[in-house]
Amino acid sequence: MAETKLKTNVLNPFENIIERLFELFDNKKLRYPVLILTMVFLIYLPLTSSRFTQEIMTNMFFYVVVCLGLNIIVGFAGLLHLGYAAFFAVGAYVTGIMSATYGINFWVTLPFSIVAAIIAGLAIGAPTLRLRGDYLAIVTLGFGEIIRFTVRNIGITGGAVGLIGIERPVLFGVVLNQIMHFYYMFFILAIMAIFVSYRLHDSRLGRAWQYIREDEDAAAAMGINVVSTRLYAFIIGSAFGALAGSFFAAKMTAISPDSFMFVHSVMILLAVVLGGMGKIPGVVLGAIIVTLFPELSRDIGQYRLIIFAAVLLVLMLYRPQGIWPERQYISTKK
Amino acid sequence: MTFWEIFLQQLFNGLLIGSFYGLVAIGYSMVYGIIKLLNFAHADIYMSGAFVGLVALSYFADMSIGNTWFGIVIALMISMLLVGLLGVLIQRVAYRPMLKAPRLSILITALAVSMILYNTVMLLTQGQYKPFRTGLTHDSFYIGALRMTETRLVLLIAALLLMFILHQFITRTMYGKAMRAISLDRDTCQLMGINVYQIVAVTFFVGSALAAAAGIMAGVYYGTVHFYMGFLIGLKAFTAAVIGGIGIIPGAMLGGLLLGLLESFSTQIPFIGTVWKDVFSFVFLILFLIFKPNGILGRAESERM
Repeated sequence: MAETKLKTNVLNPFENIIERLFELFDNKKLRYPVLILTMVFLIYLPLTSSRFTQEIMTNMFFYVVVCLGLNIIVGFAGLLHLGYAAFFAVGAYVTGIMSATYGINFWVTLPFSIVAAIIAGLAIGAPTLRLRGDYLAIVTLGFGEIIRFTVRNIGITGGAVGLIGIERPVLFGVVLNQIMHFYYMFFILAIMAIFVSYRLHDSRLGRAWQYIREDEDAAAAMGINVVSTRLYAFIIGSAFGALAGSFFAAKMTAISPDSFMFVHSVMILLAVVLGGMGKIPGVVLGAIIVTLFPELSRDIGQYRLIIFAAVLLVLMLYRPQGIWPERQYISTKK
Repeated sequence: MTFWEIFLQQLFNGLLIGSFYGLVAIGYSMVYGIIKLLNFAHADIYMSGAFVGLVALSYFADMSIGNTWFGIVIALMISMLLVGLLGVLIQRVAYRPMLKAPRLSILITALAVSMILYNTVMLLTQGQYKPFRTGLTHDSFYIGALRMTETRLVLLIAALLLMFILHQFITRTMYGKAMRAISLDRDTCQLMGINVYQIVAVTFFVGSALAAAAGIMAGVYYGTVHFYMGFLIGLKAFTAAVIGGIGIIPGAMLGGLLLGLLESFSTQIPFIGTVWKDVFSFVFLILFLIFKPNGILGRAESERM
């Protein structure tokens, strides 16, 4: 149908340049030197930069982890998740309550945080994923608000004020309390997240996710259990988020319901969509753009969300595959 | 209050709130039935309806008709018309180009539209509650044991009247017939010479207009409107649509009334009370998705995309 054809050629001059650029980066010979240089630069950076820069960079690494977690759900499995901040809150609050109220060591709280996320993921995912994938979007949206409402109204989470005095983690006898410590901690987490994402992407499970995303019926016909495979994506993604939330709690030492607003879910989603759903370097790029953009342009403040929404809309209409899409998307472009 | 009085009171409250849910749920259900889209923007359309009505009312307030029932009816009609057109515009810009794209894309455009509407209204109102002033009496009188105000009685009748008109529209007119046909099989309808895009536009118009009406009614009922008012009701209306069987219009009305009643009576359960009633309705959604995903009026076949 002529009317429904995507108007991809509107941005064509741009698109060609962008695609050339990324083809350059997808080049294997160039990839490793560039990667090594970037790593060296990132390891060296906190030794010379200001606290402000380190703070932003730490935040950026944190976003990389969270976005890669959401990418498992949205990018790999093709399910829309609108309450990612809630899973993040689950992790942060499990660590927060155990650490601030009961004084349990930070590292001990991590498995509990993952288990809590798995339970929450099952409670939300199992009833909905059995039906249509679409339902997940609105149920997660509701879940996001319900979690926020619940932590505000019960005693153990500290109500609207939140929790304070979450203990700093100790690693090899060093108390992590400098921003530089957290810079390196989140840097390592981000690298681990990238590594895990690649391994998942190429695993049997990862290929099953992508198959279901592209053609659910064909995947089912090939003997893939669509419901349980999707549920795995949802739960693994949720556990990623909860883990990131735990580290977030350790870094901030104080959390409140307002740290987990719907806005954050949307920002994370925007980063994933912007960069290119499913493509790991694309998602990392998206996370970088989303964290740096507000820092560079603080004046727009209140218009920020409208601009984000408009970007999301225009992106979907004209370049649904994101800035740096997966390779096969280019070859099958309409 | 005796048990009987509380029961009657909650019954009436439930029906009134439920009819708001029902009016919004119809929009979800119609759109879902016809293009299989969860229209996230619908809750914000409801909210926009309330604000358009507010602007119209404050404009009338300078004239002689302002603040009376007559003024409210005119404001309601203006709002329904404008917001209905807004719905058509949204459909044209954000949804129609995405109908053949992967499913995730259209959900994301729906989210984007919702955020644009929501944030625009938030900026325009500076995030404040706006009083929805009407000259209507809130004096109570009794019908038997039931305490009642003129406003609430009229609102309930108006909501039920709108549902009745919609039902006639769906069952008696060519447009309604075409809508029902498209929800069964879009491609075949196209082959039969039905202008599918036109019917989709009409669907969005009707759904948005009803949401706008519900928005104004909620404004009259609660006395204030704010940019956030659509969020919870959107979730609940979706729950209502699921309860009744999504895609089935009488189901949406029934589901709305049922959810309203459940919520209203749940406030009487000591542990849940008024604080937890929003959580209660969400739990109800999850339970329904587990045990009766096709809803009360839905057929048993499970639909897979």
